[in-house]
Amino acid sequence: MAQVSLRNIVKAFDGGEPVVKGINLEISDEEFVVLVGPSGCGKTTTLRMVAGLEELTSGEIWIGGDLVNDVPPRDRDIAMVFQNYALYPHMTVFENMAFGLKLRRFPREEIKRRVTEAARILDLGGLLDRKPRALSGGQRQRVAMGRAIVRNPKVFLFDEPLSNLDAKLRVQMRTEIKRVHQTVRTTTIYVTHDQVEAMTLADRVVVMNRGKIEQVGTPHELYHHPRTRFVAEFIGSPAMNFIPCRVIKEAESWALRLSDGVTLPIPRERVERYATFKERNVLLGIRPEHVSNHKPDGRTGIAQLNVKLEVTEPLGMETLVYFQLGGVEVCGRVEPHAAASAGQVMPIAIDLNHMHLIDPETELVM
Amino acid sequence: MADSTSLSLPATQAIPARRSGGGLKGVLRRRAIVGALMTAPLIALLGGLVAYPAVYAIYLSLLSRNMTHFVGFHNFILLLRRDTFHMVVFQSALFAVTAVIFKAVIGFTLAHLMHNVPSRRQRVFRGLLLLPWVIPLALSTLGWWWLFEPTSSALNWLLVRIGLPPQDWLGDPWTARFCMILVNTWWGEPFFMIMYLAALKSVPEQLFEAAAIDGASAWQKLRYVTLPMMRNIISLTMLFSLIVTFANFDIVRILTNGGPVNTTHIFATYAFQVGIQSGDIPLGAAVSLFMLPVLAISSFFVLRGISRRSQEAM
Amino acid sequence: MQKVLAAAEAIEAKPRRRYRSLSRQRRWALYGSYAALAVFVVMFLVPPFYMLITSLKSSAEISGQVGNPWIVHHPTLENFVYLINYAPFRRYFLNTVWVTACVVVISMVISILAAFGLSRIRFWGSELLATGVFFTYLVPESLLFIPLFQILSKLGLINNTWALVLVFPTLAVPFCTWIMIGYFSSIPKELDEAALIDGAGWFQILLRIFIPVAMPGIIAATIFAFTISWGDFLYPLAYLYTSDQMVLNVGIIGDLVRGDVYMWGKIMAAALMAAAPPVIVYVFLMDYYVAGLTAGATKG
Repeated sequence: MAQVSLRNIVKAFDGGEPVVKGINLEISDEEFVVLVGPSGCGKTTTLRMVAGLEELTSGEIWIGGDLVNDVPPRDRDIAMVFQNYALYPHMTVFENMAFGLKLRRFPREEIKRRVTEAARILDLGGLLDRKPRALSGGQRQRVAMGRAIVRNPKVFLFDEPLSNLDAKLRVQMRTEIKRVHQTVRTTTIYVTHDQVEAMTLADRVVVMNRGKIEQVGTPHELYHHPRTRFVAEFIGSPAMNFIPCRVIKEAESWALRLSDGVTLPIPRERVERYATFKERNVLLGIRPEHVSNHKPDGRTGIAQLNVKLEVTEPLGMETLVYFQLGGVEVCGRVEPHAAASAGQVMPIAIDLNHMHLIDPETELVM
Repeated sequence: MADSTSLSLPATQAIPARRSGGGLKGVLRRRAIVGALMTAPLIALLGGLVAYPAVYAIYLSLLSRNMTHFVGFHNFILLLRRDTFHMVVFQSALFAVTAVIFKAVIGFTLAHLMHNVPSRRQRVFRGLLLLPWVIPLALSTLGWWWLFEPTSSALNWLLVRIGLPPQDWLGDPWTARFCMILVNTWWGEPFFMIMYLAALKSVPEQLFEAAAIDGASAWQKLRYVTLPMMRNIISLTMLFSLIVTFANFDIVRILTNGGPVNTTHIFATYAFQVGIQSGDIPLGAAVSLFMLPVLAISSFFVLRGISRRSQEAM
Repeated sequence: MQKVLAAAEAIEAKPRRRYRSLSRQRRWALYGSYAALAVFVVMFLVPPFYMLITSLKSSAEISGQVGNPWIVHHPTLENFVYLINYAPFRRYFLNTVWVTACVVVISMVISILAAFGLSRIRFWGSELLATGVFFTYLVPESLLFIPLFQILSKLGLINNTWALVLVFPTLAVPFCTWIMIGYFSSIPKELDEAALIDGAGWFQILLRIFIPVAMPGIIAATIFAFTISWGDFLYPLAYLYTSDQMVLNVGIIGDLVRGDVYMWGKIMAAALMAAAPPVIVYVFLMDYYVAGLTAGATKG
């Protein structure tokens, strides 16, 4: 069994400000967990602590039921794929992958079997005799992964492995990694700053910010039910819109009044939830796909208004439109045929069934 | 001389450039001339005072003692028959090889120790450990000579205190050899340490981390990561040092001047004694020339190693 | 894959081990390194230290040999005073200074010009010449001193400090040129091109652009030239005979050993004073020193 357990992990370098401020995380066997967040949030440091490359200031790390705080990396039964691949330049691809096994005195036939099997999984068959400098970036990446696979460790650790690849290759390799995980079902901890990678690869995503965990959940949960403003803003591209407004009473129900006078009615089902925030200033969070052109399908909870477009970005399958609303720039995604040009006015429908209200003080989503 | 026609030229016509040498050929020729001028002093110096003397040495070695007539290889054969000269060959080889190996091992160890220490302290240690190299060799050898001086050696004083017998450091051939190697190791080690430390620092830290995760112990990291990555520098510095140590003069001259009884002469000191002190220039030249094979082979490998390093894009 | 790996897992089964705290292991390694380094430092500094000790002893104390020779029982500066007042010693010092100054200037001029020519102005044979320069660096003085003796005799320069001024550059120029080529090569070509367009000639480019930008390399090379010509022993020993022409290294040994009497105290004091300039340069410019050392064999 290869569960990983992080209990109250704290890390401070040389007695300065803690970079990791109390991380608690339980990872199940065979799970693919992604640590995502902006640079400096502590995700790589956390990963390195799991690997044993950094010492903990306090806290406990458990791998497969063993407390490994004092266990050196070589005895933790883990494998790591580095951002810069860290392949041994003087060894061939085969030797690179076989190195860990050779150190553990595996018999030669066993090593050969494992390496060829991993090479098959990663499509490295013809490259086994080459040295790293004769390989492309993507090939080196796969060799680094092969080196991890042959060890059959309890945990795979990935440290931003795709950052050094160009955009197209990155997409390709992302699928590779996912495919490999489906074949070799090893517990994986993957660190990245790219939320797209996080969303596409993870069973569960851990959003980190400034040394703390903001939220842990499946990609679906994080996308549709973010719990903090940071998560709401970080996940999803283009990012969620945030419009300052005030909860006011209107007719028999409640509505949101924006700074430019526009009023958006709150859907009836939601009124209960926001009961405590009546007459308060809050932030309205609404994703661009819910700010679109009007589609006559008779649904309720849709607010319609005319806005003057500032910028349009035609993407082919949709057009992104930018306009001012409530004092901020708002982004919407409209069908190409319905989009007006920049400078023109067009009708916009905001689907408030998917709205989020954020308390500006606590930055929590209600 | 007034060129009245130029004034009436239409404005669109190009005004000829101030500098002469129009066309590509002129530019190239000028480059070559400037280049030649700049390197001329170098060529003159090295040609006249290095290349020419080297060839001249060969010519000299073929002359008779009073340099009046040509005697072919007589000098060389004479040397090969002399017992003293056999000692010289043996001694030079022993001295050079042993000293280089010691220097490499100690330099390598020191580089590793330094690498373990945080960089602020590294500077301090580096500063102190580099001192043997900085003091002119002749002068520091004087200090060593004083330490080895039989009648009042401070080292002997220490030995006696521990209960060991005092040594006749420079009087006994084998201890004298040991002393020479010791002084040379002491003097040359900083060079090795600095070179190896630089090479060690250039090995990416992530390789060591990857090796740690792969399961390597400290010794295995050394064997599988450090040594292969440093292989180039290690051999280059050793070859380089071999050349310099082989041709060393100061240490032997000051410590023993070849004594006792010519048992510790190396090529340089023997050539000096034979050529300058005894006045037999051709014979001295012949002695020096015996160094040529070893120097030539080592130089070849050094040059090859360096050009390989500049090609290897790691 | 699963079956293969699972079957082989039996091979991997390891007995459980107890581990000492990681941080404590790393701390022990650090202390051990410090200790070992300290031992080496002590061993390495023993000779200079002893030289210093001896230079502070009176001749009586040295010949008396009473007690621990590693400490000074009656410290005195008489050796230093003697040397400062001793005219021949002053002569040696001045000669050395004069020779070194000339050699440094000459070597640097030749090296910088040649390095500029070889690294920037690509003309036929420049590659070959650059390799040739490095090759001459490998030719040792113990090979050349005898033919040079003949040459200098014919030029009438035996027993004349000018002989050194002529010959020492051969020791410094190859390496200095090599260092400078390395530094000059790292200056981007765009700089020269911009200067050419601005109307500068080659010489101005050298003077106003290359030298300022490559100053660290120039300092390192100058230090090297200085150290080499200050400390050389073989050539002076071979070519200089009378006191008035001698330089420090030879003068000390030749002069302060009178017959069978070795005036050790004075010899050590003289050696220290002679070693002082290079050491002082080193103390203040250590980084350039090290840069010069590593530039030789690591730069391509």
